[in-house]
Amino acid sequence: MAPPVLRVTGLTKVFGAREQEALRLAADGHGRDEILRRTGATLAVHDVSFAVERGELFVVMGLSGSGKSTLVRLLNRLIEPSAGTVEVDGRDLRALDDATLRTVRNQKISMVFQHFALLPHRTVRENAAYALKVRGAPAAEQRQRADWALETVGLLDRAEARPDELSGGMRQRVGLARALAADSEVLLMDEPFSALDPLIRRDMQDLLERLQSDLAKTIVFITHDLNEAMRLGDRILMLKDGRTVQLGTGPEIISAPADDYVADFTSDVDRTRVLTAGDLLREPRLTARLGDRPGDVLRALGGAEANGVYVLDGHQRVAGVARDDLLARAVQEGRTAIGPRELVPDFTTIGADRPVVEFVHLVGRHPVPLGVLDGDGRLLGVVPRAAVLDALSAVPVRGRRS
Amino acid sequence: MIPHIPLGQWVADLIDWLLDAVPWLFDAISAVMQVLVDGLTDALVSPPPVVWIVVFTVFALLLRGPWLALYTLLAFLLVVSLELWVETMQTLALVLVAAVIAAAISVPLGVLAARHRAVSVVVRPVLDSMQTTPVFVYLIPAVFFFGVGVVPGVVATILFAIPPGVRLTELGIRQVDREVVEAAQAFGARPGQVLREVQLPLALPAIMAGVNQVIMLALSMVVTAGLLGAAGLGAVVVRAVTQLDVASGFEGGLAVVLLAVFLDRLTGAFGQRSVLSRLRQARGRRGRQQEAPAADAPVGAPSPVGARSVS
Repeated sequence: MAPPVLRVTGLTKVFGAREQEALRLAADGHGRDEILRRTGATLAVHDVSFAVERGELFVVMGLSGSGKSTLVRLLNRLIEPSAGTVEVDGRDLRALDDATLRTVRNQKISMVFQHFALLPHRTVRENAAYALKVRGAPAAEQRQRADWALETVGLLDRAEARPDELSGGMRQRVGLARALAADSEVLLMDEPFSALDPLIRRDMQDLLERLQSDLAKTIVFITHDLNEAMRLGDRILMLKDGRTVQLGTGPEIISAPADDYVADFTSDVDRTRVLTAGDLLREPRLTARLGDRPGDVLRALGGAEANGVYVLDGHQRVAGVARDDLLARAVQEGRTAIGPRELVPDFTTIGADRPVVEFVHLVGRHPVPLGVLDGDGRLLGVVPRAAVLDALSAVPVRGRRS
Repeated sequence: MIPHIPLGQWVADLIDWLLDAVPWLFDAISAVMQVLVDGLTDALVSPPPVVWIVVFTVFALLLRGPWLALYTLLAFLLVVSLELWVETMQTLALVLVAAVIAAAISVPLGVLAARHRAVSVVVRPVLDSMQTTPVFVYLIPAVFFFGVGVVPGVVATILFAIPPGVRLTELGIRQVDREVVEAAQAFGARPGQVLREVQLPLALPAIMAGVNQVIMLALSMVVTAGLLGAAGLGAVVVRAVTQLDVASGFEGGLAVVLLAVFLDRLTGAFGQRSVLSRLRQARGRRGRQQEAPAADAPVGAPSPVGARSVS
């Protein structure tokens, strides 16, 4: 696998005069309040490490005061780290002199801000072209890149407008276009949609998902909204008081919150949109194959107290469902192998990546549980109705694993 | 008992020493200012009053609109009928020279103070004392350094007018949205670029309010300058005071007020940026209307992306 685009190791930031002393206390495991009381320094971020792969959307999630805004500014050294390293494409940003750092910021890392941070006295196009202007690109190239970026975010027709003539959602599109026009690998997004109202926020999330599937940037996305984190993030880092609480995919965090803090958060999450069929998957208790003896299968059904069973072909694909009454008739009529006559299409299947919200109405309608298929149509497992109800109703318990 | 500290004597010694050590410096400053004020006065006084009245009126019309234009016309005609035109123009020349120099010193100083904490810490008490020192205290060394006439008046005016320029510039730059400055830095802008492209343009209203204050304070110093022998409305008022001449005192004072209101309204326009931005917006709108036929086609079928947030 290619090396990560962005690797952060032991990143720490202390605000205040007695930095070294605060770092020592932090290393000894003292908390933020204790350090503030003893040294007057604020431990904003402590010992955060992670790596972001190319094309990954990495979410940093935390409440206000958790240090997430500081963390994102440490990543391009808008704030100088107290300790730790930030590597972009294997190069440690902290080792760079000012001029090189500016070049890296201009060409490798772009940033999108919570309150848009557009230049009010410049047009939308000039704002979008800002990174190119800073790097001294020719006017034609500036215009071409800016127009491409504006078109990508659907704002090309407002290129001559000024930011104050636009709505909040449109302004953030300009902010996004400015970052895209720079054509940098890494995109830092500091709560980009928090200042928008909910409908616009959903639009912007859609836009970002669409952009990400086309452009595959390496994104660090800051948010305080776990639903947003779950929806967008490939992986999520939960930050509390400047420390990492948990790092994992959305379903991992929902199903096994690391502590009460995370569990508190996850209780607010709409699980039907986060958990997928793959997360609720069970090994089927019973399957049959084409050619099995109907009598054997019927006996097994009786033992499992089930009314039907998935019948698979030679490639693990679902050929159909064998129902107990049809099996009984096959035994009476003396047939020795399950064939098409014993099978009924009395079942539903779903892809493993589909969220619960898309199949919750399908479970429990058939003699067999909902079948979960992989991309080639092979049966991975089943989702019994009880598993869905369990996942949706369960109060998260520490350490519970599905 | 507490011994007497000869602070005053030390300052007097310092000034004597300066006069001894660098007399050429004060001569040079004196000469430059004299030339500036005289040149501007000549330019203002030599053509018939109607020329400049028309120019001022047009300025007022362009920058603020018809009401200020009307005021300008009437005010300056009144000045002419009071037979104070020459004195008013002499005062205007003094104020403009002092204000331009004060602004040229105070705005960069304000920028420095906003960018460097140390400069701010040093400059602030100096400004405080400059603002609160009674004006006449400046006059004594000013006369020593520059003699009598218009130059010490200009110098005292400059010293008096600098503080608000520095303060408002510093405040304006500090108040620029931190995120916007961060955005420029995040895209790799050099400190100079951040200043030029973000901080100064966004602080412009505050800076122009500072310049406006500089001009108004400079104007408030004209009587003091008249005391030192600078020609102009100050001299008219001073003469009226010494002769207890109520009539000419009132006329001189009225001319100062008329000039002050004119300058204040005119420079207040810069602070609001209304004129420049209005002009620019009008131009932008005209440009967009010309492009409209071409732009209409894609707008007619709104992109799914833009559809909701347009409202």
